[in-house]
Amino acid sequence: MEKAKRSAILSALFMGLGQFFNREWTKGIMFLLIEVAALLNINYFINSIYGLITLGDTPQKMVNGVKVGQHSINMMVDGIIAIFIIMIILGFYALNIRDAHKSVKELENGKKPLNGLAYIHSIWDKYFPYIMTTPSFLFTTFFILLPIVFTIAVAFTNYSSPNHLPPGKMVDWVGLENFVNLANLKIWNSTFITVGIWTLIFAVVTTVLNYTAGLLLAILINSQGVKLKRLWRTIFILPYAIPAFISLLVMRLMFSGPGPVNNMLAGIGMDKIAFFTDPFIAKVMILVINLWVGAPYFMALMAGVLTNIDKSLYEAAEIDGATKFQQFFKITLPLVLFQTMPLLIMTFAYNFNNFSVIYLLTDGSPINGKLKYAGDTDILISWIYKMTKDQNQFHMASVITIVIFVFVALTSIYSFSRTKSFKEEDMM
Amino acid sequence: MKKNYWSFITKAATYALLIFISIVILMPVLWIVLASFNSGTSLFSSSLIPKNPTLIHYQNLFTKTQFPIWYMNTLKIATINMVVSVILTTMSAYVFSRFRFKGRKSALMAMMVLQMFPSFLAMTAIYIMITKIGLMNTHWGLILVYAGGQIPYNTWLCKGYFDGIPKSLDEAAKIDGASNMTIFTKIIMPLAKPIIVFVALTNFMGPWFDFIFPQIILRRAESKTVAMGLFEWVQKQQNANFTMFAAGAILVAVPITILFVFLQKHIVEGLSQGAVKG
Repeated sequence: MEKAKRSAILSALFMGLGQFFNREWTKGIMFLLIEVAALLNINYFINSIYGLITLGDTPQKMVNGVKVGQHSINMMVDGIIAIFIIMIILGFYALNIRDAHKSVKELENGKKPLNGLAYIHSIWDKYFPYIMTTPSFLFTTFFILLPIVFTIAVAFTNYSSPNHLPPGKMVDWVGLENFVNLANLKIWNSTFITVGIWTLIFAVVTTVLNYTAGLLLAILINSQGVKLKRLWRTIFILPYAIPAFISLLVMRLMFSGPGPVNNMLAGIGMDKIAFFTDPFIAKVMILVINLWVGAPYFMALMAGVLTNIDKSLYEAAEIDGATKFQQFFKITLPLVLFQTMPLLIMTFAYNFNNFSVIYLLTDGSPINGKLKYAGDTDILISWIYKMTKDQNQFHMASVITIVIFVFVALTSIYSFSRTKSFKEEDMM
Repeated sequence: MKKNYWSFITKAATYALLIFISIVILMPVLWIVLASFNSGTSLFSSSLIPKNPTLIHYQNLFTKTQFPIWYMNTLKIATINMVVSVILTTMSAYVFSRFRFKGRKSALMAMMVLQMFPSFLAMTAIYIMITKIGLMNTHWGLILVYAGGQIPYNTWLCKGYFDGIPKSLDEAAKIDGASNMTIFTKIIMPLAKPIIVFVALTNFMGPWFDFIFPQIILRRAESKTVAMGLFEWVQKQQNANFTMFAAGAILVAVPITILFVFLQKHIVEGLSQGAVKG
């Protein structure tokens, strides 16, 4: 048998054997230790995976002050973690076989087997990119990827209050039932559609408003003959500089029922306005206040874009007799739009999930009896938040999270694929 | 003659507009500032111009509430988060920018998709994870969530910037015998200062604004952050403690706003980095 093949098979039988065969002792011991550690914990892996499949059968209760029974959700998370770890180990396993195979050729070509410290130094050089990204990889895997996988998994269970809420009750896999319910059950799909439409309107209108207002503010400050440009710019950037959660809370208080704005209106003999309690006015208020918060960011951005536009274009237009309006629509707008298009789409995606504006201003109110767990001004993400945090309807919340995620991901990928850097070869 | 007349009108209109917008922008700011000096405590009573201006709310904030503790908590979380995040992000961005290795493309794509997921929607899982590693109710738990969550987006951002630093610089250093680590710390890092300032700043500011994750991870009154504390004041006692909220809000907003105005060039550049240049 060919030597390389033999070494690979040895490594496939038990990690590290192929390396021993190649007289690469240090490397071999490292691989061997990985497999030994994995085998010592074999019970943990089997139990975790088994738990993930069954999600347990005896609910938790206290017996003589000790917790007994199983917690479905913890079992689910344990199972997912175990799968991640197994995948990492399998990665090492594959590496071990490949390495055993490749090393034979390198050794035959006259390379000396590296052992001890010399080998450890060579790892640092050879696997430098992997070592450097390991911390980020672990963080991303366990704090982003794992929660996402968990959320997706919950969409296929009945994890919800009151009948399937651990620790007192068990959770089971239900397949596509939740998705079917979202499509078929009137109360779910009418809420989803109503909230979804308002989410779209909110995202589109607020993005377009903020963008346009930002552009106009930038043009206004930049226009000829305006003195104290710095002063205006500093005032106009303020709403962006002030932490948004504070300005939003302040606005909420200002326009609240007994707040100062209504006080002032009463003072000049006008009726109070139900700023946040009338569904329509509340929606308008959200758009207006978000304009106050969001336009300055675009203004700051546009200022840069505007200064980059070639002045000679305007001079040429002037000579041809173009009016200021024509100059704006034929030169400024197309150029600015072209440069900021990806950003515009990304802002749309951001606003689609602009949780804090809704949550801090109205918290979804006014309450609407026709909607399940949602108020009139709730957008999808704040509805999900309510279902998770207040109502314990984790199963439906997860289903809608998946829907949002797919929508936003598609939008962003589309916008990203149109950017210059994506088309350039060396980007990836 | 006619032309002069028109230009005067335009000028007047421009200034009128500028002043009008300034008023709209400054009104809420002015109101909250004045309210913090108002002698009453409730939302109703606070007339715009305080009749008997007082500093009592600021004094109470420091003597009668846990605000100073929250403030120090947030400062601590923000600082550690900034350091940890910058280290994690620049390390991986350097590798993705300068090395070609197996799995690079898929990792970049995966991060692209991951950063679109609104992470707090996965709060149940995050809660369980933090409990499992025994960091529930600790500031480190919060820091790990922050530092982990920012990796995908900021790695992309930094990588984009690093790509713009000429590779010939690395190669020259390599010929002179510099190691990868030396190239990273002595060549790339100093040249990437603008983007590093941006990443550091956003990570420093994040904990001052976030009121969601602290609610999930920090349950004890003395471990709260300012954003969480202020938010709860507004939520629970909308009127009773209104002026206290105003004073607290100002103490949070003023340093952040000043920091921002000073560094606005960096911030705007950083934000538009990926998007505008494309």
